[in-house]
Amino acid sequence: MNLTLLIIVPFLTAIAVLFCKGLKQVRTVSLAGAAVQLALVVFLLIAYWQQHTSGGSQFLFESNVMWFKPLNINYHVGIDGISLAMITLTALVVLAGTLVSWSTEKLSKEFFFLLALLSMGAYGFFISLDLFTMFFFLEVAVVPKFLLIGIWGSGKKEYSAMKLALMLMAGSALVFVGLAGIYFQANSFDVIQIAGMHIPLSVQKTFFPFAFIGFGIFTALFPFHTWVPDGHSSAPTAASMFLAGISMKLGGYGCLRVATYLMPDAAHSYAWIIILLATIAIIYGAFATMMQTDLKYINAYSSVSHCGFVLLGIGMLTKTSVNGAVLQMVSHGLMTALFFAAIGMIYSRTHTRQIAQLGGLLKVTPFISTVFTIAGLCSLGLPGFSGFVAEMTVFMGSWQNPDAWYRFATILACASIVVTAVYILRATGRSIMGPLNASYNQLTDASWNEKLAAGVLITGIVIMGVAPFLITKLIAPSTDVIMNKVLTMVK
Amino acid sequence: MWTDFLILMKQEMAVIAMIFILLFMKLGRDRSNESFMNTMNVLLLLNLILGFVFNHEGILFNEMFRTSRLIAFEKNILNLAMLIISLQSYSWLKTNKHVPEFYILMLSSLLGMFFMISSGNLLMFYLGLEMSTIPLAAAANFDLTKRRSSEGAMKLIFSSAFSSACLLFGISMLYGTTGTLVFSELPHLINNNPLQLFAFILIIAGFAFKISVVPFHLWTADVYEGAPVAVTSFLSVVSKGAVLFAFVSVLYTVFSPLAKVWYNMLFILSLLTIITGNLFAIRQENFKRFLAFSSIAQVGFILVGISRSSDISTTSVIYFVLIYVFSNLAAFGVVSLVTAVTGKENISDYKGFYKTNPGLSWVLTIALFSLAGVPPTAGFFGKFFLLIAGAGKGNYVLISIAAVNIVISLYYYLRVVKAIFMDANPTPLPSIRTPLMPKLAFIVCVAGAVTIGVVSPVYDYIYSLIVLR
Repeated sequence: MNLTLLIIVPFLTAIAVLFCKGLKQVRTVSLAGAAVQLALVVFLLIAYWQQHTSGGSQFLFESNVMWFKPLNINYHVGIDGISLAMITLTALVVLAGTLVSWSTEKLSKEFFFLLALLSMGAYGFFISLDLFTMFFFLEVAVVPKFLLIGIWGSGKKEYSAMKLALMLMAGSALVFVGLAGIYFQANSFDVIQIAGMHIPLSVQKTFFPFAFIGFGIFTALFPFHTWVPDGHSSAPTAASMFLAGISMKLGGYGCLRVATYLMPDAAHSYAWIIILLATIAIIYGAFATMMQTDLKYINAYSSVSHCGFVLLGIGMLTKTSVNGAVLQMVSHGLMTALFFAAIGMIYSRTHTRQIAQLGGLLKVTPFISTVFTIAGLCSLGLPGFSGFVAEMTVFMGSWQNPDAWYRFATILACASIVVTAVYILRATGRSIMGPLNASYNQLTDASWNEKLAAGVLITGIVIMGVAPFLITKLIAPSTDVIMNKVLTMVK
Repeated sequence: MWTDFLILMKQEMAVIAMIFILLFMKLGRDRSNESFMNTMNVLLLLNLILGFVFNHEGILFNEMFRTSRLIAFEKNILNLAMLIISLQSYSWLKTNKHVPEFYILMLSSLLGMFFMISSGNLLMFYLGLEMSTIPLAAAANFDLTKRRSSEGAMKLIFSSAFSSACLLFGISMLYGTTGTLVFSELPHLINNNPLQLFAFILIIAGFAFKISVVPFHLWTADVYEGAPVAVTSFLSVVSKGAVLFAFVSVLYTVFSPLAKVWYNMLFILSLLTIITGNLFAIRQENFKRFLAFSSIAQVGFILVGISRSSDISTTSVIYFVLIYVFSNLAAFGVVSLVTAVTGKENISDYKGFYKTNPGLSWVLTIALFSLAGVPPTAGFFGKFFLLIAGAGKGNYVLISIAAVNIVISLYYYLRVVKAIFMDANPTPLPSIRTPLMPKLAFIVCVAGAVTIGVVSPVYDYIYSLIVLR
């Protein structure tokens, strides 16, 4: 199968949306596009599975076309298990996001156009095996967010949009410096070629921080996480879902695929800084969430905490912990998208996100409230949902690292789960249970599109929670390849 | 023999022919502005097409004039820009009393630039440069009723006279030490002699004036603000592009023995230019001044690319100028149209612009994104390649500072985008009907700004022109 289809389909969706008239046509086209993407991804999963079990190479479905010959830049795409997991996540979130924004009246054409552009950037990023292509798609995914938040957002949206765009752009500027460093050393942007070379330690040590921090900004690396709360809470529902569900994963994926895979020695020497920052992010994020009164801020700050697990897993550099990091990316993507979807559904009915003003919603909107509770339980790591599987794997993997300080960090990170339980249960208890606010008596429950959106995401969460081996089998061989390189380099 | 001369100088001949046609049309019976403009647009289009065929390499008049497929391509970029500007100034020229004069001035300037790019001798180069500057000073004064316009023209003529003096002084010193002005002979005679270095500095200063490199940029904003938008866009795109082409060829051929010296000079100049341009652009309220400072910053990026001489650098510079033609002219085109219809030219006037003019808003947004270097627009590719080409292996300081500046520049470009899309305004600008000619220009510009980057054969084509030279 030609992977370029994953870029072409969103692109054609975006173009088709421009020629539509009225909200109905626009959303039908977008939904069709999202459905085709999901179908493609399902097909890809099956095909990948077949080829992989019959002993395929590390990257499958590769295609490599010369793009800019004088500079040795190729359009090189291919997927392994990790990218496939990310693509699946993207397809699910895109479908759910499209369904959730079903009744976007304001400038609907532009809205769905930008959503399609954003998903194109995400797909392109995950399938790229050329650093230039990857960087191109990384930036493609930045600017639509600025417009999405600034035009359709709520609250102090202009400020948040500008902050997000500038911080993410600063992140990509750092990534650019890192890539340039690799390029001048290897004289190539090709990930596979560079992985086969050995970059001198001094070069690695100089450019690893650029690449890692650059990608880290995308995934809320402490202290560069400040765009997350503002950006997430000002964004319209679908954009929040995309931001937290997909966009933050661009960073985690980049940290793993570019920084750690291509510069493994430096990853070892800087591991303690990564772990330190990740632990701070986990704990700080959890405690900061306790202080929030706005549902979106709660989810945004808890994202900082949860994405800390991704970085912790990468920093620990054991096979299990890196597996856990990838699992956590997928799990957090699905869970946080579901959470934002539920918050969006509540907000569109009650027009408030303040916990204090909500209450007893379970009585009038049972479906939405259940979705909200499921997302919450997944977030606090209840067994049976994906969050448990992912966090457990990260902890186990981190514990395998024998360094005493790292184990101390693991214990601290584990302890944060208690705090998570506190804020999740409190938010759920106050807004879903309790006495019903009289003005909310007339609320309607979820419409079919909202039910479908939630259903798509919950299916993903439950499958991952009940049958984690499915996804572990998918990603483990690929993380093994990365970790084998990292571990042999050290010896 | 004489046919050779016709074919090699075909682009110059075409421009001269256009000037004569204009003169004859002016001498004849009274014609409407439309007939002038339509004739010119058709002729400019033919001129552009002519530039792509019968391109040969050759030298004329004892190396005074040389041409190659690369030079013909460079001239054609300018032809294209001239055509776009002509299409865009439709609304502004429609009611103007001096349409033929405007075109004659622009074309004479273009002719000068052609000679400058094609020059194989510093004397010819100087003549071309002067020939391109003096009509521009007259054109900058084209809004005869506005004082700012004459003020801008005055500043332009003074500063260019000063820079020409610098250049001429440098050239004469170079002649004094080497005894020749021919490009092909000079490199063998240049040998770090202090007088030659001094001459070199003067010549660089002369160039720096023309392309408004900091600290020689002070005239730019005032002239851009005062001149009519059509002239401003000509100054910022065509004139800059031409001088940059000439600069690259002079630097890489004549001064190649001094590569170490000018690498450090350009390194410092480019960083100064980028930073100053960016910091000043943040604070501008007038759209034309804003674009003036943004174009100063863009030139800084181009200098980064120039600073290390290689085929990749030359390719990236020409490629970037091509992208710059599309993106900057799209931005100027919108400003030109809005100014012509409403007379307003402040950024704050554009608040809520999207409500009334969605089409123009997208054109402006794509143009600004391309200038900011945001993919998938071409500007991203242009800047990426410039930085990769200019830094070479090892110069990460340059890359880092430039990368930081890309973020700063994004801020001020997004500020305009924010005004267009997000800021509420009870009285936005009225809905503007775009006439056919500017519409065509916008389509060309947007198509260029979106496709030239992703479609790699353009870059490969320029590279092949340079390698096969």
